[in-house]
Amino acid sequence: MPSAALLEIASRGEPVAGGHRLCSGCGAGVIIRQMLTATDYPTVVSNATGCVEVCTSVYPFTAWNVPWIHNGFENAAATITGAEAAYRAMERRGDVPKRKNKKPMKFIALGGDGGTYDIGLQSLSGALERGHDFVYICYDNGAYMNTGIQRSSASPFGANTTTSPAGVVIQGKQEERKNLTAIAAAHDIPFVATASPGYYMDFTRKVKKALDVNGPAFLNVFAVCPLGWRSEPEDSQILARSSVETCVWPLYEIEDGRFRLTFRPNVKRPVTEYMQLQGRFSHLFKTGNEDMLTHIQERVDAEWEQLLKRDRREREENSE
Amino acid sequence: MNRETQVLKTDAVTVEAEAAEAPPQPQRQLLALTGNEAVAEAIRQIDPHVCAAYPITPTTQIMQEVAQFIADGRMRAELVPCESEHSAMSACVGAGAAGARVMTATSANGLALMWEVLYIASGMRLPIVMAVGNRALSGPLNIHCDHSDSMGARDSGWIQFYAESVQEAYDNILQAVRIGEHPDVLLPVMCCMDGFLTTHTSENAEILDDAEVRDFLGKYRARYSLLDVDNPVTFGATDLPNAYTEHKYQQVEAMKKADAVIRAVCVEFGAKFGREHGMLEAYCMEDADTAIVVLSSTAGSVADMVDTLRAEGRKVGLLRPRVFRPFPAADVRAALQDLTAVTVLDRSHSFGADGGPLFTEVRTALFDAPHRPRVLGRVYGLGGRAITGGEIRALYDEMETDTAPTFRFVGVRE
Repeated sequence: MPSAALLEIASRGEPVAGGHRLCSGCGAGVIIRQMLTATDYPTVVSNATGCVEVCTSVYPFTAWNVPWIHNGFENAAATITGAEAAYRAMERRGDVPKRKNKKPMKFIALGGDGGTYDIGLQSLSGALERGHDFVYICYDNGAYMNTGIQRSSASPFGANTTTSPAGVVIQGKQEERKNLTAIAAAHDIPFVATASPGYYMDFTRKVKKALDVNGPAFLNVFAVCPLGWRSEPEDSQILARSSVETCVWPLYEIEDGRFRLTFRPNVKRPVTEYMQLQGRFSHLFKTGNEDMLTHIQERVDAEWEQLLKRDRREREENSE
Repeated sequence: MNRETQVLKTDAVTVEAEAAEAPPQPQRQLLALTGNEAVAEAIRQIDPHVCAAYPITPTTQIMQEVAQFIADGRMRAELVPCESEHSAMSACVGAGAAGARVMTATSANGLALMWEVLYIASGMRLPIVMAVGNRALSGPLNIHCDHSDSMGARDSGWIQFYAESVQEAYDNILQAVRIGEHPDVLLPVMCCMDGFLTTHTSENAEILDDAEVRDFLGKYRARYSLLDVDNPVTFGATDLPNAYTEHKYQQVEAMKKADAVIRAVCVEFGAKFGREHGMLEAYCMEDADTAIVVLSSTAGSVADMVDTLRAEGRKVGLLRPRVFRPFPAADVRAALQDLTAVTVLDRSHSFGADGGPLFTEVRTALFDAPHRPRVLGRVYGLGGRAITGGEIRALYDEMETDTAPTFRFVGVRE
């Protein structure tokens, strides 16, 4: 599928206006802009409670130039399914308000990792199972940043968060991340993918594909959080690429059950390159925590090997 | 419910309604329907755009029937069979914000799971209509009738109806659509009926023609819609302290206006279809010395006892609020202020309060009256426990003594 040309994207206007209150260097702000400029479908957005919601909608202001709804924290998916069902029912009866753009309407639910991996998981699972025609986009910055950097089930092993602090005897989060992308894929929906705004052509192509497929799609998108990660705002795009080049955040897609890596780094960089730019991992570089760094590298290596194998296997199967 | 009742109209509120003469009523078929069946029939006739629901006893049957109507091509609605009540109400909010006519049904723990979203629905001013089959809240788990579920939601910004009969459950649903969607109101409406006692009990009910329902309701055009992409709207913005109070105050104003709209819709409904329900129903109240105030189906048992006691020459009456939110305080005051004693029956309790929620409302309503009756609060019927004729008689008897405590449970083993 051809990617949207940059010129075309640039000509689409700003679906999310500047002047919102997201932090400098926030990955989520880049994600929502790329997500809505990826296509020219008329799009409705349902947004879980979180940084993006709070920072873009402080009454009487709004950054959204598209129809947008915030309901609760855990129900962005259920909310968009209501809107999508309403669209189908109202379209049948000629009750949908007239619009200039005659393309079919599309529905996006947006949530952070807290609102998606944790409190919103049931709502997401129900919506995926019911087969609504919508795309769920999770911006995963690996903690509850809006409430003050508490651990979530997406926080990486070893991360220093306010509820998994690095202390004298415990060195940050002791548990691994939940593999939400695999959980979404287990619903056997038409399209599931990971993405990073550091690889924006890959991301926008996946958004387009997700919107084009008939039925639910899920995108798990890597979101840098300078506040929660204690990284420099100017490093955000570097981190959005470094996460992919170190294979901490591999880019892949699963279309109709077929798995495919969409990016392979020429040189796989060591995870420490990615981690060193973030204060949340600084304790791991202290003497005595070498084992944890080794463990993290080994885990990333093992997961990457598995993905490579799966990619190879499915390529072979599909070429037969 | 065949008794001759009086629809109270007080001077306190001006009723603006079509003062048309009631047209001659066509002979309508009386159908034996349970409350659930009658509500499902009303939903079929309304044919909303979206129903989103999750099964829970004793209201499961409503959405089962809706699903069957859709499967049989008798409805065009989209049914969203959610994985929880929380998601069901969330989907209702999404659909409502899209400008759809939206309906759902639930009970007890299901309503409790919706709690958070109930406030969002009313705060977003979405006229969602929800049937509630009243059932006790856990724990302990109990599937039978009391009002602890919807009474807990009385401050959630929803209009609340409490139906005594299957007929009223049906009529309330139809009226709720009109009331909630009225531009002065734009509030969600909860139509409560007693779990099992009404949801599962067959009674005779008069069902309107589909065309009559269609004409009565008209088409719903939401002022704002998520689907209006050329005029994008932000729903559910974040409020800081500079705006939140005003938004809440607008809900207060809407509730006030709902009072007049409910009265007007009731009058119109009565004029068109021959059945007029007011804010509250008064039975044998004209010359009553004492009265029981009670919601929903128990009013039938109390009315029976009123008949018995009246035959014995005692001046007793019954007052049944049909609408609890907005609470018709002026009507309650006018109906009760000249009595000597009033007993308020609550089918739920507010633990640690002076009495149940209905008791508190009635007592507050009477505070400004020039002459106040003694007001007694009695909690009864929790978790489906029946209240007997003997117990109701005893309630009337003790109002004639000076020794009755202000508050007690009915029939509790202490």
